[in-house]
Amino acid sequence: MTAAACIVGAYEHPTRKATDLSVAQLHAEAAIGALQDAGLAREDIDGYFCAGDAAGLGPLSMADYMNLRLRHAESTEFGGASYIAHVAHAAQTIAAGKCNVALITLGGRPRAEGVATGTAPRVYNAAAPDVMWELPFRSTIVKLYAMVARRHMHEFGTTSEQLAWIKVAASLHARHNPGAMLRNPVTVQDVLASPMISDPLHRLDCCVISDGGGALIVTRPEIARDLARPVVRVIGAGESLCGQHGGDMDLTRTGAAKSGPTALAEAGVRPGDIDYAGLYDSFTITVLLQLEDLGFCEKGAGGRFVADGGLVSGSGRLAVNTDGGGLCNNHPGNRGGMTKLIEAVRQLRHEAHPAVQVPDCRLALVNGIGGSLGTRHASATVILERQ
Amino acid sequence: MTQSGFDPTVPDENNPETRPFWQAAREGRFLLRRCRHCARTHWYPRDVCPHCFQPGTVWEEASGRGTIHSFTIFRAAGAPEVLALIELHEGPRMLCTVLADDIEGLTIGQPVSVAFRAAPVGPPIPVFRPDSTGERLAD
Ligand SMILES: [Zn+2]
Repeated sequence: MTAAACIVGAYEHPTRKATDLSVAQLHAEAAIGALQDAGLAREDIDGYFCAGDAAGLGPLSMADYMNLRLRHAESTEFGGASYIAHVAHAAQTIAAGKCNVALITLGGRPRAEGVATGTAPRVYNAAAPDVMWELPFRSTIVKLYAMVARRHMHEFGTTSEQLAWIKVAASLHARHNPGAMLRNPVTVQDVLASPMISDPLHRLDCCVISDGGGALIVTRPEIARDLARPVVRVIGAGESLCGQHGGDMDLTRTGAAKSGPTALAEAGVRPGDIDYAGLYDSFTITVLLQLEDLGFCEKGAGGRFVADGGLVSGSGRLAVNTDGGGLCNNHPGNRGGMTKLIEAVRQLRHEAHPAVQVPDCRLALVNGIGGSLGTRHASATVILERQ
Repeated sequence: MTQSGFDPTVPDENNPETRPFWQAAREGRFLLRRCRHCARTHWYPRDVCPHCFQPGTVWEEASGRGTIHSFTIFRAAGAPEVLALIELHEGPRMLCTVLADDIEGLTIGQPVSVAFRAAPVGPPIPVFRPDSTGERLAD
């Protein structure tokens, strides 16, 4: 990416249950945290990016609430992958000269609102042409991902034990994160013994439901170099939207198979060069599919890649989600892309917990799968580099 | 974020594009749309062909037969229930409920055929049931 933009501010809201906080408040508090982290002021912001979790009419309501003076705004909605696309779009917008300092925010409170995220029907827009072909059939998020997992098991021999290793690695990381919702290490047997939610996915194959939020500041290199924090450059990006293709859907392949190679090629790097990966972990199967589709292993070999601690920082094949991820730490507003970016920034700044910090971490990949596998999803990838 | 007065679990029989499907469902007939240009069927039904992007696909009565491409048994609440992706004999794959006496015996590749289940409100909803007369799909 020419004249690569830089992430100079990152902040994860500390709450995991926002009983006494509004959605707009979560966005604003996250923005304040990211600005303080960057050493910039609200008045420096001239670009703003938010997704469907923002309170009100796209960016208008949030910009008004925070009293931002903007010359560029955007609200690409890719579900939980939105923020990863926002980082790329902010970099492109900055490169085009349309803004200098971009703010990206996320905030949500499904826990306080009692949302049954994965197990109850959710509708965002009654006019969506797909609603009547899914909801009357009692389709829900966890059922769709379970169907994907079963098909992967059928095609490639993947096992529940292998999927469980993804949760085990997340829990071994989360024990070092005081903010994590689930801090106790679990074993493969613990995962298999947890209640079956939607066969073959157990409760511990599913991410947490948490309230909270996060924010990022992206700016141009000339501004970044004068700030105190280590500079994280955005050197590659890709995105891909996948639907049912009129009935030709392939359950076991995600958009990461296109967004990943696009981002890696732009950055001029290969999967083997990546020191740290932030991978969307709505469910264990989501991580496994991304590892394959991003090229960290062959298609179908994801089970063997994750087994026996494959994703544990320091001892595994690849350090993934060292904050504990959505499986153990935080999945604010049912949207995991923001927290994946924030932990990648910590890793590249060498500010992750020492027990999970990748030594001399220079190159990170972050990938998000937003929407839902099994119906329609977006995959967004960014490659980040410590300067 | 359900909109008030709207029940997403009840098909909208007033949608002009898809009304015939639900009218046929009330008569126990399962329809697909086929493209006059590329001759392919698709799911879910729509006027503009998702394959060749030409308008004017036409309804036809389908075989109602297919095989299970994948499925899940939801066990978190109430009686276990099955959601599946059915590969229809005509080609496209569709999400649907599967009803079976022995849900623990369901397998990928198993033949199924369509039936309609009465709903408390709205038209009957397609479901698939194991069909021992159907042909098992090779992997
Ligand atoms: Zn056609």
